Amino acid sequence: MTLADFIISIIVISVFLIHVMYVQYFERKTIGHMQARLGPMRVGWHGILQPIADSLKLFFKEDIIPSQSDKPIFFIAPIIGVIAGVSSLAVIPLWETFSIADLNIGILYILALSSVGAYSVIIGGWASNSKYSFLGGLRASAQVISYEISMGLSLVGVMMMAGSANLADIVKAQSEQWFIIPQFLAFGIFFISALAETNRVPFDLPEAEAELVSGFATEYSGMRWALFFMAEYAGVFIMSALAAVCFLGGWSGPDIWFFSYVPDVVWLILKVYAFVFLYFWIRSTLPRYRYDQLMNIGWKILIPLSLANIILTGLLKIV
Amino acid sequence: MPGTYVPSDYFPVLVIILIAASVGLGALLVGPLVRPRRRYKQKLSAYESGNPPVGEARQKFSVKYYIVAMLFVVFDVEAVFLYPWAVAYDKLGIFGFIEMMLFIFILLVGYIYVWKKGAFEWE
Repeated sequence: MTLADFIISIIVISVFLIHVMYVQYFERKTIGHMQARLGPMRVGWHGILQPIADSLKLFFKEDIIPSQSDKPIFFIAPIIGVIAGVSSLAVIPLWETFSIADLNIGILYILALSSVGAYSVIIGGWASNSKYSFLGGLRASAQVISYEISMGLSLVGVMMMAGSANLADIVKAQSEQWFIIPQFLAFGIFFISALAETNRVPFDLPEAEAELVSGFATEYSGMRWALFFMAEYAGVFIMSALAAVCFLGGWSGPDIWFFSYVPDVVWLILKVYAFVFLYFWIRSTLPRYRYDQLMNIGWKILIPLSLANIILTGLLKIV
Repeated sequence: MPGTYVPSDYFPVLVIILIAASVGLGALLVGPLVRPRRRYKQKLSAYESGNPPVGEARQKFSVKYYIVAMLFVVFDVEAVFLYPWAVAYDKLGIFGFIEMMLFIFILLVGYIYVWKKGAFEWE
């Protein structure tokens, strides 16, 4: 890794963090307009400076550590979340010749880090020593490990089609046909699991605000809460990017007319934002699942379906 | 040193982890210089709808969570076997396909057994 690579990595991460900060503006505007409201309008033109105002406010908030909490673990939990969320970015191929780390086990790396991210929620809920946080952390652990299986199994089909676990190779294997067509079943399973894995509506039981106040984050405030928030939205971006890379052809775009002059990374960002929009659209449409329903969907529907998808893919490749 | 394997592909991963950690730590460590600090006992107690907290938060919880954890280990080991198989699928051909069908079949027997035992029921 040369100095130039290092500088590019820092620039990519900074741009990513700005996206993570601004996606909450996108979310509030999307949900606002879907509910026939305007969303944030006060700070700057159409509220465009709202995320900056929010970040400043959180930065100047008092840092409250509950006296009953387990302090070192309480301190470390949000940092684990941020590390797991942001460093998944390393293997996403942004354009044809560039990803920060070109690992041949890209998919495994992202799945591993999303499991590590679950630790931040679990130990954050445990360390707070509050009943709401504890329940939120427990729910999060059971939910994340249940959906991780179906998510991992749904990506096996993609790896069989591409013959590689390297994300750049997977994009190259889709030059003729995007994997969303032969792997539509895997795509559905993957997206539902991704919603549960990132604790988003309709599977946001770990922080179900109607029953658990704010779940695992109840005792967190100010900058520590902001780090949890960053980790969650970084996770949304990473899962959207993984979906775009594995099923929608990643950086590749139409090669006709003036479209062939558009830089590759623009196509990737467009696809990622299409998925992010889908996340917000689902959030403003669907109610929350009950916990037993959540477990039923994961264990009784998604896992058998993803195994069936693997067998089907194997049969189709042999014939 | 001859024979020493240096995983140089993973060096950028280490760098990005350090950058992410410094973002998190920086936000927490710079803050105390500008933040207010007015603490008292009630503010530092755990939130329980405004009442003083009753008892310990870390109480007994349902054994269901342990069962989910055990099932997870079984199925995750299965997934770990499937990854290298999927990557090498084209080379293994029909032999690899049949082998893996046997493996999935054995696991399905266990899956059906666990289902019939009611481990997936979350009353």
